[in-house]
Amino acid sequence: MEHRVVITGIGAYSCLGENLDMILESLQLGRSGVIYDEERKKFGYRSCFTGMVAEPELNPFLSRRQRAGMHQPARFAFMSTRQAMEISGLDADFLNKTETGIIFGNDSTAGAIVETNDKVRLKKDTTLIGSGDIFQNMNSTVNMNLSTIYKLKGMNFTISAACSSGSHSIGMGYLLIKQGLQERVVCGGAQEINMFAMSSFDGLGAFSVREDVPSKASRPFDRDRDGLVPSGGAATVIIESLESALKRNAPIFGEIVGFGFSSNGDHISNPNFDGQFRSLNMAMKQADLTPADIDYVNAHATSTPIGDSTEAEAIFSVLGSKVPVSSTKSMTGHECWMAGASEIVYSLLMMNNNFVAPNINFENPDEHSAKINIIPNYMEHQIDCFLSNSFGFGGTNSSLIIKKFKK
Amino acid sequence: MKREDIILVTKQFLSEEFEVDAALILPENNLQQTLDLDSLDYVDLVVVIEENLGIKPTAEDFKNIETFNDFYNLVEQRLNA
Repeated sequence: MEHRVVITGIGAYSCLGENLDMILESLQLGRSGVIYDEERKKFGYRSCFTGMVAEPELNPFLSRRQRAGMHQPARFAFMSTRQAMEISGLDADFLNKTETGIIFGNDSTAGAIVETNDKVRLKKDTTLIGSGDIFQNMNSTVNMNLSTIYKLKGMNFTISAACSSGSHSIGMGYLLIKQGLQERVVCGGAQEINMFAMSSFDGLGAFSVREDVPSKASRPFDRDRDGLVPSGGAATVIIESLESALKRNAPIFGEIVGFGFSSNGDHISNPNFDGQFRSLNMAMKQADLTPADIDYVNAHATSTPIGDSTEAEAIFSVLGSKVPVSSTKSMTGHECWMAGASEIVYSLLMMNNNFVAPNINFENPDEHSAKINIIPNYMEHQIDCFLSNSFGFGGTNSSLIIKKFKK
Repeated sequence: MKREDIILVTKQFLSEEFEVDAALILPENNLQQTLDLDSLDYVDLVVVIEENLGIKPTAEDFKNIETFNDFYNLVEQRLNA
């Protein structure tokens, strides 16, 4: 028997705001979270821009032992998960007595690894590193920390799929619940924001050097885009079977009805139309929808010249020219491992508040983006169903379709 | 370093690192129970002792330490050796 899968908790700790109310306001106002970081230039970066979130203060919530194994990915993920748990009405007692899984997206722990090895260089003695660093250094850091803190007893693993990590985490959780293997899964994505994490990406020349106004640097689909802006934080999406959600009277933010995925099997960094097209098509077929059923597309578009053009062509080919499209990366920058989850949270806020967040800085289309309906300004709009794309290095693609819940 | 200085410094760094009330760090109290140490915490204990007192106790040393007094004896012995 297949189960319907609904979203019963959301949270985000992002450069648009540290909670959902702040993020909703930023999305409605088209407010950018991008800053100019002078330190990056001094360090040797080509681009000085980043989305910025504050280091969270965890002492009021967690013990010393619980905090010891946490660096940025886990700290940010705790902040977003705390919100999602509260909204969903899940507490430690309930989680301890039931089987809840956790599948989180994360693909680096660079800042933690640099700090650990700096200690060894200084002391020449690994026994003076301390006990927490190993749990900060491993890529599964979010999973091991959150599953311990919340006493989670179901499926527990990390998805590393480059910039599709967050989206695939939700997709994998969806498949497990749909098949009846899990009742509830905490999904999400985390992205460290320190400069050690992104130096090699900057070195590829993929980041914007449009240095006049930070908020103008990320401009997905615009003719004059010159690269992406790195960003970070964390987002959590709690999903569960409809039966479980109804049984505990949980809030329902939407229903997952399609998860398309593909691998390009091509270049390690260049996007590929065929891979994206197959991912979108698979999600549409699975959801049994026509293009007219999709009310909004949250595009992956990161503001790179080739990436946005390829996605515009894929959206046009699968969904046509009418569906409203925006890339919230115009405001957030590219939240990388977190993006696939945060953009589900952003899109759910739009769906539940009847608007489309603007693709800011979209001033002139190019020949590809001219084919689709990009929304440059805040637009009131009823969304009953949306599609969210995520594409990553190595050619890993993911497309999720979410509908407004109807019994 | 005099014994009273060792006690003063130790109270401060242990209460900060392990987030316990410095008033509970009394010579006759049990070190492991007062600081609520598990096996991982002993790794951090060595790190903060080395940072603050410049000595590095071994696992063997800890086998002979029950109270804070035992610990102060060890520090005094090592620093004056």
